[in-house]
Amino acid sequence: MEDEQSFSDICGGRLALQRRCYSPSCLEFCLSCPRITLRSLTAVTCTVWLAAYGLFTLCENSMILSAAIFITLLGLLGYLHFVKIDHETLLIIDSLGIQMTSSYASGKESTTFIEMGEVKDVVINEAIYMQKVIYYLCILLKDPVEPHGISQVVPLFQ
Amino acid sequence: MVLKAFFPTCCASADSGLLVGRWVPEQSSAVVLAVVHFPFIPIQVKELLAQVQQASQVGVTVLGTWCHRRQEPEESLGHFLEGLGAIFSHKPWFQLCRERGSKSWSCKATHWQGPTSHAASGEDQVMLIFYDQRKVLLSQLHPPAVLPDRQAGDTTASAGGLAAVFDTVARSEALFQSDRFDEGPVRLSHWQSEGVEASILVELAKWAAGPVCLLLACLLSLVSAASACRVFKLWPLSFIWSKLSTCEQLRHRLEQLTLIFSTRKAKNPAQLMRKDLIGQLADALIPVADHVAEELQHLLQWLMGAPAGLKMNRALDQVLGRFFLYHIHLWISYIHLMSPFIERILWHVGLSACLGLTVALSILSDIIALLTFHIYCFYVYGARLYCLKIHGLSSLWRLFRGKKWNVLRQRVDSCSYDLDQLFIGTLLFTILVFLLPTTALYYLVFTLLRLLVVTVQGLIHLLVDLINSLPLYSLGLRLCRPYRLAAGVKFRVLEHETGRPLRLLMQINPLPYSRVVHTYRLPTCGCHPKHSWGSLCRKLFFGELIYPWRQRGDKQD
Repeated sequence: MEDEQSFSDICGGRLALQRRCYSPSCLEFCLSCPRITLRSLTAVTCTVWLAAYGLFTLCENSMILSAAIFITLLGLLGYLHFVKIDHETLLIIDSLGIQMTSSYASGKESTTFIEMGEVKDVVINEAIYMQKVIYYLCILLKDPVEPHGISQVVPLFQ
Repeated sequence: MVLKAFFPTCCASADSGLLVGRWVPEQSSAVVLAVVHFPFIPIQVKELLAQVQQASQVGVTVLGTWCHRRQEPEESLGHFLEGLGAIFSHKPWFQLCRERGSKSWSCKATHWQGPTSHAASGEDQVMLIFYDQRKVLLSQLHPPAVLPDRQAGDTTASAGGLAAVFDTVARSEALFQSDRFDEGPVRLSHWQSEGVEASILVELAKWAAGPVCLLLACLLSLVSAASACRVFKLWPLSFIWSKLSTCEQLRHRLEQLTLIFSTRKAKNPAQLMRKDLIGQLADALIPVADHVAEELQHLLQWLMGAPAGLKMNRALDQVLGRFFLYHIHLWISYIHLMSPFIERILWHVGLSACLGLTVALSILSDIIALLTFHIYCFYVYGARLYCLKIHGLSSLWRLFRGKKWNVLRQRVDSCSYDLDQLFIGTLLFTILVFLLPTTALYYLVFTLLRLLVVTVQGLIHLLVDLINSLPLYSLGLRLCRPYRLAAGVKFRVLEHETGRPLRLLMQINPLPYSRVVHTYRLPTCGCHPKHSWGSLCRKLFFGELIYPWRQRGDKQD
């Protein structure tokens, strides 16, 4: 059973939430983030190249231009591989645990699995970010030493 | 709670039989370890399980039946399998069934209330989780929080659910020894059924490694015995050994080699080999030394003039400048005298560089120290002069104010001086104050040069430390066999049909590289700076000598 809804994030980008129910004991939520736009990519590339050309006119060294191209390519690859998240998935399996997967734009996937025995509670937390108050979902983990304490707060959906 | 059955992927294509494994009641999960095939005698199966249980302290029992159907459902087999439930009683009794050639599985778990009342049996929801038995057997789980007081003993009911699964599989080695192709009373199917790994070359290497290791261990013990008796006997030699970082590195390397070639198994960094560039290095050294000396001479000429627009005291300036210039002249003559022999010395020393990159780096650091020895001398002269001047100034300043330093009481006391004492004291104070800028400038320049050299040496030592403490074996393991070091697991939902049990695939989530380095970092021969920034500044201001931070001679126990 699938379900799709659309929302918008704190910066105004469009988010899509998909919900799937595999069985009464297994649910999956998939959140897709806004894609990288051609406009922002062109803007960044033009800025970097203009700066490099400005330096080139000062120094008369053509290595600067090739270095700028190199930096742009490496920066784009690094951004796609380490920073830009494409979609995030939350898989909840009854009495086993909660699994969070983040897929990056370059295809890399990073997974974390939290066992049910470690989860204390799932709460909605408030945070002050710049001039806004935003709400985010997080999981509270049990502290192994103190049974009533909380050892870690894990935010979901970066 | 939902019942979970951990099923090894290698048994998915096995023929029908009995499921053998461990039941964990706290998590309501059953870990299937192997499948026992027909025909078998129940008594022998029970004997084998008792043997395995004794050997591995894992509660292995018969969990249920496994049915791999060919074409049509066979009624007789079905009844036979149900009858087995009466022989091997286990709560709950699992009945896994798979149609050959299709992906549809069915699983039932029944609770027998008693041998007579079959009608009162209940059925629960079951979730099938597939796992790769070989990988789980070899893998080591790294929990995110390490508890210092957690004891790893023979407790069978240990930590959270997944750790128990890993634990069970890892401890059941005794069960995996006989296979379905072996001639035994009981025929089992598990990960070894897919093919035992073997290679002739590996076997030969294992045979040859023993004697070779013994031989090398003997040689190394001879070498270390020889070096041990020489160093501690003669005083000048032992002083030099402790100052040269190369010898420290050689000793470290010797320890590592002894460890590698001993017959124990351990995790070690691998040796890095480096090409021999001795000839080029020797050719490059003399011009570099000349260049350094020339730069120093220019610097001194600049100081003797009017450096940065400051006006120096001409007489003192000339004296100090000439003194240092003569010193440089001596040093250069010495270097030129030694130049024919340098190449040969370096070649012999460079032989030891085949012991690794870190030894080569240490040699480089020592060469830098030797080349800049005159800078060190100048720094010491300048610092001593400046220190004397500062002490003199402070004591005469106290005289100016009518006070005196009481050595007995270690404090400042008032004191009445005679007139002539005051007069001479004031004169000397004035002279020292006016000569202060000159001395201070020389001190500043040479201190900066010395600090530069110390920084370069410090960086080289940091690099050597980093290379020494890098866990190359663990990194290689993470690269080639990532399932051995596990940070956790990840689940994937397999094809699902309504009415059938939920099937998940459990895969191992490997440890990220940063955590591998952090967990398996080797102990460094730590050279931490002895002074904090505050005390360093204080020493610089008062002109006390600063020793570089590589005082590794003191062993910290």
